[in-house]
Amino acid sequence: MADEALPEIRWRDVNKLLARPGNIVAPTFAHSPQLRDDLGKYVRVLVVGAGGLGCELLKDLALMGFQNIDVIDMDTIEVSNLNRQFLFRLQDVGKSKAEVAAKRVMQRVSGVTIVPHFCRIEDKDIEFYNNFQIIVLGLDSIEARSYINSVACSFLEYDDNDNPIEETVKPMVDGGTEGFKGHARVIMPGTTPCFECTIWLFPPQVKFPLCTLAETPRTAAHCIEYAHLIRWDEVHSGKAFDADNPEHMQWVYSEAVKRADLFGITGVTYSLTQGVVKNIIPAIASTNAIISAACALETFKLVSGCSKTLSNYLTYNGLDGIHIKATDFVREKDCLVCGPGTLIELETSVTLLQFIESLAEHPKLLISKPSITYRGNNLYMQAPPILEEMTRSNLRLPLFNLMDKVPKGTVHVSGSTDKDGKRTSCLRKLRVVFKGVDGIVDMDVAGGS
Amino acid sequence: MATEAKTKYDRQLRIWGEQGQSALEKASICLLNCGPTGSEALKNLVLGGIGSVTVVDGSKVEAFDLGNNFMLDQESLGQSKAKCVSAFLQELNDAVKAKFVEESPETLIETKPSFFTQFTLVIATQLLDRYLLKLDKICWQANVILVVARSYGLTGLVRISMKEHDVIESKPDHFLDDLRLHNPWPELKEYAHTFDLNVKTPVVHKHIPYIVILINIAEEWANTHGGSLPSTRQEKRDFKDQVKAHMLNLDEENYKEAMDASFKVSAPRGISSHLLQIINDSAAEVDSTSSDFWVLVAALKEFIENEGDGEPPLEGSIPDMTSLTDYYINLQKIYQAKAESDCLAMEQRVRNILKRIGRDPESISKASIKNFCKNARKLFVCRYRQLEDEYNTPVLPELQKYLTDEDYSFAVGFYILLRAVDRFAANYNRFPGMFDGDMDEDISWLKTIAVGILNDLGFHGSTIPEDLINEMCRFGGAELHAVAALIGGIASQEVIKLVTKQFVPLTGTFIFNGIDQKSQVLPF
Ligand SMILES: [Zn+2]
Repeated sequence: MADEALPEIRWRDVNKLLARPGNIVAPTFAHSPQLRDDLGKYVRVLVVGAGGLGCELLKDLALMGFQNIDVIDMDTIEVSNLNRQFLFRLQDVGKSKAEVAAKRVMQRVSGVTIVPHFCRIEDKDIEFYNNFQIIVLGLDSIEARSYINSVACSFLEYDDNDNPIEETVKPMVDGGTEGFKGHARVIMPGTTPCFECTIWLFPPQVKFPLCTLAETPRTAAHCIEYAHLIRWDEVHSGKAFDADNPEHMQWVYSEAVKRADLFGITGVTYSLTQGVVKNIIPAIASTNAIISAACALETFKLVSGCSKTLSNYLTYNGLDGIHIKATDFVREKDCLVCGPGTLIELETSVTLLQFIESLAEHPKLLISKPSITYRGNNLYMQAPPILEEMTRSNLRLPLFNLMDKVPKGTVHVSGSTDKDGKRTSCLRKLRVVFKGVDGIVDMDVAGGS
Repeated sequence: MATEAKTKYDRQLRIWGEQGQSALEKASICLLNCGPTGSEALKNLVLGGIGSVTVVDGSKVEAFDLGNNFMLDQESLGQSKAKCVSAFLQELNDAVKAKFVEESPETLIETKPSFFTQFTLVIATQLLDRYLLKLDKICWQANVILVVARSYGLTGLVRISMKEHDVIESKPDHFLDDLRLHNPWPELKEYAHTFDLNVKTPVVHKHIPYIVILINIAEEWANTHGGSLPSTRQEKRDFKDQVKAHMLNLDEENYKEAMDASFKVSAPRGISSHLLQIINDSAAEVDSTSSDFWVLVAALKEFIENEGDGEPPLEGSIPDMTSLTDYYINLQKIYQAKAESDCLAMEQRVRNILKRIGRDPESISKASIKNFCKNARKLFVCRYRQLEDEYNTPVLPELQKYLTDEDYSFAVGFYILLRAVDRFAANYNRFPGMFDGDMDEDISWLKTIAVGILNDLGFHGSTIPEDLINEMCRFGGAELHAVAALIGGIASQEVIKLVTKQFVPLTGTFIFNGIDQKSQVLPF
């Protein structure tokens, strides 16, 4: 990739916005002919997801002048991706999405470096995510969004007046689509609502009651879920159902047909069986392109300051004409994730082990198996075994001592919690205050309030 | 459809079905100018399996094309842009025929208007309005759909031009189920009467479908209210309480569903004003030149006035509801039977009308009639104005309203300014702000032109915000990739709706506002 041969004239159009002064720009905007180059050289962007949105995002960001991009995705390419994930071809089926996507964009847009990460988002250290100035999310799962959100918010620190400290703000841009509909949003932790502040925008999926499936089925979907959730276990004792195994799917389909016939229900098809069992969300190229482009444009504006930015949640609906709406949602003041942290008062004698045990019972937290860090130091790590062994001796020491005997401080806790009956990874910030310890200057008293 | 194609297109087949897919596969699309806006629009269509695409562009690839167009790379430098873009598109999907014509769209419009008549649809991107006006006339005359897409700095527009677009499968997101609880037909009533709401067996009581519950309680109500159903707010509340009073305990799901749906018994009889407008349209007075759609509408009108007794044919499907399997299946059959007999009556009328206007009575298939009946309440007729009309006879009061509405001020400003930059280009052979040195001069010239356009439209003394004029000059005609991908994406989505004849396409002009994302559709 002999990119040096390509002169800056390539960026003629982008430079119209970056090199010239403007009337409607961010207060921080410093127009300069050098700005595009700086954007390319010094800004690192992380794209989470290399699927329908991710492919588009990588292309869009590379062609808006970003040249240091990482992409993370654990999935491999399937045939049903090819109607929209335009970086993949039939011969790529089975390969890593992140790796193929990175390679294809690098082949076409010279000068851009895209580092693929073929792994789960939880496999990366928290610090990995701190390498990026901005994180762009192209995901289809609520759990994954929630996790990245909690990671980005964990970097956020507040000053003594509970105002977010600017250098610790990790902006996120998030997109999502379903059929002809989608959303794009900008999250500035501490200022605009984080994913968790507006979690009600993503209601959990409604499941059929088991008694309906077992006793009073009425629809094709009921018959399919009966075969999938009840009949499978009755027949295949102990063998786990695998939705990606065509034989398993075929079995569920034929069982569903039998059940439907028994009750006089119509409409069971193989395609519907797949849709119900895998909870398939319809997806098309155009909506992904629209939402990704909106996300890439917001990323470009946020980083460069060359215009205003979306404030802060855009919805797109193309079912009946074109409806685009921007809604200015407000932050949840007491949000557990993007707020200053849950306040915990402790005696100075409490050991790390006692502290860890108390987190599982804390009604707002309910975190089990937590790892604890303080100012980037591991106080206790559940995994990997070698780190666990190295930090195990801390468990019997008082937390007060481990935190350098400060009167108050923020610790980060990562563990798992129960959400709608599902174990999910979570990351929480706790503000620990030790009882009966005064700092050299008590800020509150000194402030005279 | 082959298994591989079925798997490849699975996620979209769940949206528009095999019928929609086959319509896409039959369509031939022509793209004018293959910058990023046009290339991205085609990319989305090629991935989805459109029949054929023909890329028309007369230019050669230059260095700055590599900064905004993914379909071009270093090796394309100096080559025909149309050829390179078409080659990349072909790589995306070998089921699509990707062709190119190395010729400037402007020249084709001026010298070879017949070229355009071979296509289903033309997507015109980054085309100056004087050519668009000519192209629009050509397409209008040849019944070729025209989709206009333009990216310009942080703004842009999408517009559709054609005489008329009729939609049977509009597939709205939320639409009231067609249950006729306010007006049950005899068989449905009879079935409801076979239930005793005061049955003591709890398992039966909590499995009576809410349709049955509501029909019976509505009848009780009518008997004590002189034959009328609840209509005032208080009556509706009282009715709901009456439903609640039948509950044996408060966790009976079927009664909860009945309470949630209780407002449905108060639905007004007859058809919506939207549908009334369609059946009263002069196009519903059919002759041998009428389209199938209007023949079906004519039959629908007759049906509503006769067998329908004011109602359209029954849709025939019911939503899932708490019920014993048998009760539910019986209800389903009753709804289906009524839908079938309505459809049969419609079919009779369609055949008679066809005979009357001198067409083959069998020329509209039974399946089409059935599909029409299922969607009769959701029909859509989109009519468009010719571009020339939009330019010469603006909708004054509408425009006035939007000019002074804060939510729309950027969008209307961009609408005027997008015209102004074309007029500027016609006068000075470049876009305002294209070159750094001319900036101040260009700003004042663009302002003069914009005020001139407002005057032409009849708005004397109106102005466009100064900031917006400045920004428009700053854009200097730039085609940013992200904006192009968004505008191209929207254009392709509209093409899909137009070609599949499913969902409702844009009417009016979509104005993209990339500054704060408050984009708008202006109704002209
Ligand atoms: Zn929050």
